[in-house]
Amino acid sequence: MINLIWLGFIVIGIVVALVTGNIQAVTDAAFEYADVAVELSIGLVGVMALWLGLMKIAEESGMVKALGNALRPVMKYLFPEVPQDHPAMGAMVMNIAANIFGLGNAATPLGIKAMKELQELNDEKDTATNSMCTFLAINTSSVTLIASSVVAYRAAAGSANPAEIIGPTIIATVASTIAAIVAVKLLQKLPAFNKNKEKSTL
Amino acid sequence: MFVKFMEVISIYAIPLIILFIPLYGFFKKVKVYEAFTDGAKEGFKTAVTIIPYLVAMLVAIGIFRKSGAMDVLVTIVSPITNAIGMPAEVLPMALMRPLSGGGASGIMNDLFTTYGADSLIGRMASIMNGSTETTFYVLAVYFGAVGVKKTRHAVPAGLIADAVGLLTAVFVTNLMFK
Repeated sequence: MINLIWLGFIVIGIVVALVTGNIQAVTDAAFEYADVAVELSIGLVGVMALWLGLMKIAEESGMVKALGNALRPVMKYLFPEVPQDHPAMGAMVMNIAANIFGLGNAATPLGIKAMKELQELNDEKDTATNSMCTFLAINTSSVTLIASSVVAYRAAAGSANPAEIIGPTIIATVASTIAAIVAVKLLQKLPAFNKNKEKSTL
Repeated sequence: MFVKFMEVISIYAIPLIILFIPLYGFFKKVKVYEAFTDGAKEGFKTAVTIIPYLVAMLVAIGIFRKSGAMDVLVTIVSPITNAIGMPAEVLPMALMRPLSGGGASGIMNDLFTTYGADSLIGRMASIMNGSTETTFYVLAVYFGAVGVKKTRHAVPAGLIADAVGLLTAVFVTNLMFK
C-alpha cells in the first residue's frame, strides 16, 4: 500500500507538471523537500535526547510500568499483544497524554520511544505489528483537547472569538480517533494485511 | 474556564514532568544522572535513523504539491464534497491536511485573510485543521525511527480516521454555525 501511494505521489505529480508545463517546480520541490526532511530529523536530536533520558529514569524507577498499569483495561483492549508489564504500555500512555494536552514537543519523542519498545516485541523487524498500527492510527487521528496552534492563528487573523472552535474540534477529533480504532481493528483481520502474507509489492 | 485550565496545564506540564521524573527516580534509588545520560545517548541515532524515511516521504509529497496535481484532485473530488455541505473553498485544505501540516496551515491562513476567521469557511477550516493530523509525516517518523518498511494496514486506517475527522468537522460546523 505504502509503495503504491508513494509512487502515486511522484508519478501523478510529474505527469501533471509535464501537462501543465510546471516541470521546474518539480525539480525545485524535490531538492527543497529533501533538505527540509534532513532539517526536521536533525532538529529532533535535542528533544529526542531529553525525552529518552527522562524516560530512562522513569523506566528504572518503575514509573513507566505504573503508568501502563493505571490504564490497564483500556490499554489491554487496544494492545492485546503487548504484555501488561512491558515498558511499551507506559510509553504509549505518556505519548497519548502528551497529545491530549497539546504538548507537541514531548509527544513525538515519547511516541518514538513507544515505537522502539513495541519493536522489541516484534519478531519481523521490517514489518509493523498490530500494536504498532493501532498506536500509529491513534496518533494520526490527533487526540488533542485544545488545538492551540489553530486558536493562535485565529487570534492573529482577528477572530472575535478564537477559542470558539475548541468544542467542535473535540467532537471531530474524538470521532476520528474512534474511527481510527475501529478501522485498525477491522483491517488487521483482512487477509491482505496479514502480517505474514503482505507482498513486498503492496 | 476550560480554556484557562488547559492554558495552565500547557505552561506548567513540562517543567513539572522534568522535575517529577528525576525526583521520583531519586526516591526509588535510581542513579538519576547516569540513567538520564544512558537514555539520552540514543537521541542522535534515533533522529538520524528517521532521515531516509522522511526524505522519501517529503520529496514525494513535495513533488505532488508543487506540480499542481492538487488542483486536479480538487476538481475531481469537489462534486462529492459539495453534496455533503463542504464549501469548495475548504477542500484544498482538507486534502492537504494529511500530507503537510505547514501546507494546510498556509491554506487556512489564506482562507482567514480572504473570508475572515469567523466566516463559515474560516470556522470549518479551523475545526478541520485542529481535529486531524499530518498522517504521512507521523507515519514516516514513527515507523522510520524503528526501521519498519512494511506498514500493513496503518496507512488505510490513518486515512479513514482523517476522512471521518474531516466529515465530522463539516457536519458539526454546519450544525453549529450555519
